[in-house]
Amino acid sequence: MNELAKELAARYGARDWHDRRGDLSSTVVDPIRLHDTLAWLKDSAGYAHLSFATAVDNIERGVFTLTYTVRNHEQGHSLMVHADVDRANPVVDSIHLLWGQGWTYQREMKEWFGIDFPGSPRVDEEFVLEGWEGPPMMRRDFDSLAYSDATYEGRPGRVTHDPATRMQERLYPEAGK
Amino acid sequence: MSDKKIIPAPLANEGLPPDERGLFCDAAPREYEPARGIMEDFANWARSESLWILGFGTGCGAIELRPLMTSRFDMYRYGIQPRPTPRQSSVFVIGGYASVKTLKRIVRSYEQMMGPKFVVALGSCTINGGMYWDSYNTIKRIDQYIPVDVYITGCMPRPEALLAGFQELKKIIRAGRAEGQNEYARNFEWFKANQKKVIKDWNMPDYNW
Amino acid sequence: MEPTLLGRIGYAFLSLFVITNYGLLLIGSMARISAKVQGRVGQPVYQPYIDIIKSSVKRNAISHGIMFYLGPVFRLAGGVGTYMFIPAVFGSVVFRNFSDSGDLLLVMYFIFFGQLGMALGAGEGGHPYSAIGVSRGLAQMTAFEVPFALSVIAVAIQYGTLDINAIVGAQQGGFLNWTLFTNPLAVVAAIIAFLGMSMHNPFSVVIAPQEIPIGPPTEYQANLLGMLQTNRAIFNGAKLVLYMNLFFGGATNILVMVVKTFLIYFINVFVGQAFPRFRTDQSIRFFLGVPTLIGIASVIIAAV
Repeated sequence: MNELAKELAARYGARDWHDRRGDLSSTVVDPIRLHDTLAWLKDSAGYAHLSFATAVDNIERGVFTLTYTVRNHEQGHSLMVHADVDRANPVVDSIHLLWGQGWTYQREMKEWFGIDFPGSPRVDEEFVLEGWEGPPMMRRDFDSLAYSDATYEGRPGRVTHDPATRMQERLYPEAGK
Repeated sequence: MSDKKIIPAPLANEGLPPDERGLFCDAAPREYEPARGIMEDFANWARSESLWILGFGTGCGAIELRPLMTSRFDMYRYGIQPRPTPRQSSVFVIGGYASVKTLKRIVRSYEQMMGPKFVVALGSCTINGGMYWDSYNTIKRIDQYIPVDVYITGCMPRPEALLAGFQELKKIIRAGRAEGQNEYARNFEWFKANQKKVIKDWNMPDYNW
Repeated sequence: MEPTLLGRIGYAFLSLFVITNYGLLLIGSMARISAKVQGRVGQPVYQPYIDIIKSSVKRNAISHGIMFYLGPVFRLAGGVGTYMFIPAVFGSVVFRNFSDSGDLLLVMYFIFFGQLGMALGAGEGGHPYSAIGVSRGLAQMTAFEVPFALSVIAVAIQYGTLDINAIVGAQQGGFLNWTLFTNPLAVVAAIIAFLGMSMHNPFSVVIAPQEIPIGPPTEYQANLLGMLQTNRAIFNGAKLVLYMNLFFGGATNILVMVVKTFLIYFINVFVGQAFPRFRTDQSIRFFLGVPTLIGIASVIIAAV
């Protein structure tokens, strides 16, 4: 696989090659070269199957990390291509022309993280939420508890216990004293 | 039934496009007075012995309904059987958490059921949110949106607990206290306001029979 | 002594009452037997009664127009009409119904009539699943009518009449005179058609119990559903009595009728518990294949 790492590094500046398992590796590219990298992987390197695409909110670094997992079925090898997108201006090239199912993932990321994919079909339509009016809810600065308390009526008298201490108190009450 | 009742104002059906409004009813639900004395007792006995569950799994708890049909738990011996259409079923089992998206379907299905209709709320999530107490998209109390007759606690409750819940429901029906349909009609405005508060894109008729 | 017309109508009501209750108990007991096969306790035998009572005491009901009401009425008319022109007990004054007024062709027409009326009513309901159920039902019905009609033709040729009373009369005097033994091929074809007619497994995809489309009555509720359930009992009883008359020598008293129809109905349960379900296209191919050939063979044998 190291030929592939070198080739990717030479062509697209891919870095941080990391073999996670025998059949799974990961690498990082710049978001501006993401589309070209995936196109080359699909057309020339045999990674013809897009198995997964998602995003992770790395709020500490101020980026969304996009992850595209492509698979080479002939060699039985999967490659995860990561790209860091600026959180303040998350706009990425659409890959729906490479893989037909790509627009579904992009619609999901648009709704959940607010990452825009210009030109992707139906990217602005709602995906799993209906009538969602709040901010993109998978962003980590979205306060789920505050939103839930403000929106949904709760039943008074609800108590939350930490399972570990609760069971310790109930089963071994003398140990806590 | 009685003439004393004030006829409620027609519903607006504002969520629907204008050309579809004529397809749906615009009358609010009304209360039905139970029959008197032994007739109602007999009717309630028949209702309690023939519980038809709406086969609509609204959450993860619906998985607990499946074992009830099998040889091991065999709910048929209690007169309980699943029914695929809301028109024919009389019991709605809310299977655990209800997201806002599911709530829309729950409300529509509940309104399409013919009265008297009963609701069994299953799992902690229907009572106070359960493990989804801080979720952005899951309602915490189902009784804010539709009337509930029986709660079954647990996450998840075992099929035995479900059977016990159905026995409890039978007792409530025989005692004539399962008047969820009338409660819904009486507090219709309140239920609708609660529903519309969480369902932001109200694109369905206000009342669906 | 020949009873008056009024008396005959009274007897017909009595006969209808008996067959309704018998049909309901038959459905209940067969559900119970099926449950035993599956290792369950099963629903009470009287569960169909409770279901009908419960459906009838529903507090509100919806309507989709006049045809929607007429659907169950047609269905019930089909069930009652089928039964009314078959002698339930041969030679009995009470249970002969109006069998001397109509013949086998009229009965066959009534068998089809209910389903057609139901199709119109269910179509008025406007639910897409109703339409699916109706199209499945009519397709399967058209298919099983072929072997059934062929076997009826064979029986008609064999006895030289379409009068059911005459057919039963010709089978009296020992079980070797039954059509079952004098024309076995016709009976085999008709019994296979009967499996389709009763819509048990493997031909149950029409009513598709407990699945998303429950078939034509998707939109029916409350007392209309109660009417359909009652009709199911009458229609089942009528079909069983017809088969008993045509192929199993009829019955000379009500006890023989009960025993024979119970055993005929048991064929359904026997097959239904052993075989999985056909898709509609598979069941059509099935009915138009071997059963039809058997039916043709029975007609040829009866004719030569």
